[in-house]
Amino acid sequence: MELTALFLSRLQFGFTVAFHIIYPSFTIGLAAWLTMLDALHLATRRPTYRLLFDFWLKIFGVAFGLGVVSGVVLAFQFGTNWSELSRMSGPIQGPLLSYETFTAFALEASFFGIMLFGRPRVPPWFYLFSTAMVALGTTLSAFWIMVNNSWMQAPVGYAMENGIFVPTDWFAIIFSPVVWVRFPHMLLAAYLTGAFCVAATGAWYLLRGKFTAEAHVMLRMGLYLAAVLVPVQLFVGHLVGDYVHDRQPVKFAAIEGRWHDEQPAGEVLIALPDPAAETNRYELKIPVLGSIIGSMSLTSKEVGLTSFPPEDRPPVLIPFFAFRIMVGCGLVLLALAWLGSYLSHRNRLAKYRALLWLTFFSFPLPFIATLTGWFTAEVGRQPWTVYGALRTADAVTPFLTTRAALISLLVYCAVYSFIFAFGTFYIYRLLRAGPAGRLVLAPTAATPNRPMSIANEPASPELVAGE
Amino acid sequence: MVMFWVAVLAISMLLYVLLDGFDLGVGMLSGVAGSEPRRHSMMSAVAPIWDGNETWLVVAAVSLFGAFPAVYAILMSAFYLPVLLMLAGLILRGVAFEFRYKTQRMRWLWDVCFSGGSLVAAFMQGVMVGALVEGLPLIDGRYVGGEFGWLSPFAALCGVGLCVGYALLGACWLVKKCEGDVREAAYRLIPHLSVGLLAFLIVVFAYAVLENLPVMHRWIERPYLLVLPATGALAAIAMAVGVIQRQDQIPFTMVVLIFVASFGTLAISFWPYMIPFSITVEQGAAPESSLAFMFWGEGLFVFPLMLIYTTISLSVFKGKIDANSHH
Ligand code: HDD
Ligand code: HEM
Ligand code: HEM
Repeated sequence: MELTALFLSRLQFGFTVAFHIIYPSFTIGLAAWLTMLDALHLATRRPTYRLLFDFWLKIFGVAFGLGVVSGVVLAFQFGTNWSELSRMSGPIQGPLLSYETFTAFALEASFFGIMLFGRPRVPPWFYLFSTAMVALGTTLSAFWIMVNNSWMQAPVGYAMENGIFVPTDWFAIIFSPVVWVRFPHMLLAAYLTGAFCVAATGAWYLLRGKFTAEAHVMLRMGLYLAAVLVPVQLFVGHLVGDYVHDRQPVKFAAIEGRWHDEQPAGEVLIALPDPAAETNRYELKIPVLGSIIGSMSLTSKEVGLTSFPPEDRPPVLIPFFAFRIMVGCGLVLLALAWLGSYLSHRNRLAKYRALLWLTFFSFPLPFIATLTGWFTAEVGRQPWTVYGALRTADAVTPFLTTRAALISLLVYCAVYSFIFAFGTFYIYRLLRAGPAGRLVLAPTAATPNRPMSIANEPASPELVAGE
Repeated sequence: MVMFWVAVLAISMLLYVLLDGFDLGVGMLSGVAGSEPRRHSMMSAVAPIWDGNETWLVVAAVSLFGAFPAVYAILMSAFYLPVLLMLAGLILRGVAFEFRYKTQRMRWLWDVCFSGGSLVAAFMQGVMVGALVEGLPLIDGRYVGGEFGWLSPFAALCGVGLCVGYALLGACWLVKKCEGDVREAAYRLIPHLSVGLLAFLIVVFAYAVLENLPVMHRWIERPYLLVLPATGALAAIAMAVGVIQRQDQIPFTMVVLIFVASFGTLAISFWPYMIPFSITVEQGAAPESSLAFMFWGEGLFVFPLMLIYTTISLSVFKGKIDANSHH
């Protein structure tokens, strides 16, 4: 593809936001898990829960910090790279984004501080309440972002005045049915991410024969939660598919790899779409299933890509494969969660080392599913930025030069890989050290603004040597 | 409604300049700290609060996006490279705070990130203000100046000026927060930095008169506004007295007053324009329905809460820091 400022801007936005989402999808789930641990500790008084809480709190601090650092850039990019989008849809997207920031700030301001440093100073029930409020705060953050993005996927509640999207009905924007399937889908993805990271950590400790008591709790809680949530997620995913079918038929056709109208339609399981020839190679297809999935009917007609003019079609390969990877991850997670829960319930899981290894290696899958899900949604929306109303080519900053865009892309890549490498290494070190370490707080670190500082334990000699 | 959001924006920006100003200043000064114990004390003087300070930048940015989307679109796209460099500087500085304590061997790297990041971020902010004062070339509500349209001797001068100003803020903060030789070194720097800042202001003034920048007309039309620069001048004198008498609290208060006066001076020079002499506050504002939506939630409830919180967290962290503590 030719290196235009437009292409580079798309690449840059995709790269930075994909980098960002890794951390929130982890912290949203982790915050909920911490709330659960604290509630369990309050109810049962078992010290294991408290130990686990303190351990995951440190990891939460680092991941949250990286989420904040990587998120700051995104808000600015709307203006730098997508100035026409900002100018035209700013009256709608700006307030939504500002709600996200203001809510995030309010939560950081009050309850996060108590969560990090307030344990000795507040009554236990209030501490639990603060933890729950932090979880609520991350959830609200995700909510405003999903409202914002869903408005771009299915714009409602506005009128065009002088080329500007003027909001006329905020209720319609916030309570759009699209929001209310996509937001649960994202939230469940985050919870699954948390659940599998916890379970994988448990499996890891069991394999290394360390912290076995805590490991069993982690493994069991993670797998049980996943066993319930994965099927729900697959069902909600189906509902998300329904909205795409109804409102973005051309994206749906790309996801399905359907080039021509069919009646009744088949379902392509796997194939290699060939955009030049407008057909699929090596296709494995089940008849009629496409109509059932699309319209719950045995006879419905389903539209294909060639029913739309070429300039209105998205790229096919990315949505097609990204969607299959996401669904594939979902199915693998389902199998793992159910099998693991069953064995864990019968207290036999620790004997199956192979399954423990699989559980350990499963932790990237929810991240991959989340990223590929977003790729499906965002690439499939092309060539539109605001679906049906503003094309991506018209949304980009008109005078942006290729050189400037290239410089910024390289700078962001360098800076992000730099902090990513160190951040991940740091989380890995905390995870490896395990829940045994005591929590030491620096005396001046008395404000909540520095989540990463909570992990500042004096490093053990072994760890220092490892640098 | 528009005026409410102008006020929110002005307060957020002023808070950002004051709060992040002193910690960027400390960051720059740490580059010339000389020894590890000194650098450690300097970082401890800002470590617990810098993150909260920086949040005001995001608050200002999204308030601008929400309430004045047209202005946001013009400024961000016109300042493409300065914004990029500023953000990169801020990110590197931010992670350096945490990562420098995780390693011995690589500490120098994070120290470079810390002072270098602060310097770049401060310089770019000054450049953007300078370019804005000079005026951005706009046609039809869109920037037409090109990739480097913001770069001019005047803008670069403002970049240097803001670095000096932030460094002065930082030095006064160190005097307030530290003891021992860091405090002494800061006291010795203050006169130099103040003279530097003064020289900068005189040059800017001379430049404005010579070039006959449109900003000057506002002052000729409304001479009563000169009360603001006058306040700044009085504060400068009070600061000098404070420094001579070694009164640790006075220099910082006075330099804050100088900054408030300069900020006010600048704001009044612009008024009622947001982008000088092409886009007014009214022209840049989002439709009423957007402003009202923001007002009834975040404006009325969350914003006051944020102000209260900032006050509390600064007062929790009052008094001198203990130089021996682990940052
Ligand atoms: C609120 C808005 C919003 C949100 C929450 C997201 N995006 Fe997005 N994305 C955009 C708003 C946007 C955009 C600014 O509107 C872009 C730039 C140009 C375009 O058409 O859409 C875009 C483009 C874009 C592209 C390039 C698509 C292309 O040009 O072919 C990718 C790969 C992603 N995004 C990926 C993601 C991921 C992984 C997200 C999950 C965190 C995500 N987006 C959330
Ligand atoms: C265009 C897309 C996005 C923008 C502009 C954006 C912006 C931001 C910003 C500025 C922050 C830091 C806020 C602070 O200073 O505290 C942040 C943090 C956060 N973001 Fe995003 N974000 C985007 C995408 C997402 C998505 C898709 C999600 C999840 C669904 C998400 C969830 C969060 C959460 C939970 C935080 C809190 C920090 C954390 O837990 O890591 N963001 N985001
Ligand atoms: C049978 C299983 C699944 C189906 C049918 C499904 C369906 C979909 C569809 C159609 C989209 C595109 C939505 C759009 O274009 O706006 C999507 C997006 C997404 N999916 Fe899935 N999904 C499934 C499983 C999963 C799993 C297991 C995860 C994560 C653990 C996941 C995470 C996501 C995310 C994060 C997005 C992007 C956000 C959004 O657009 O809502 N999905 N999914």
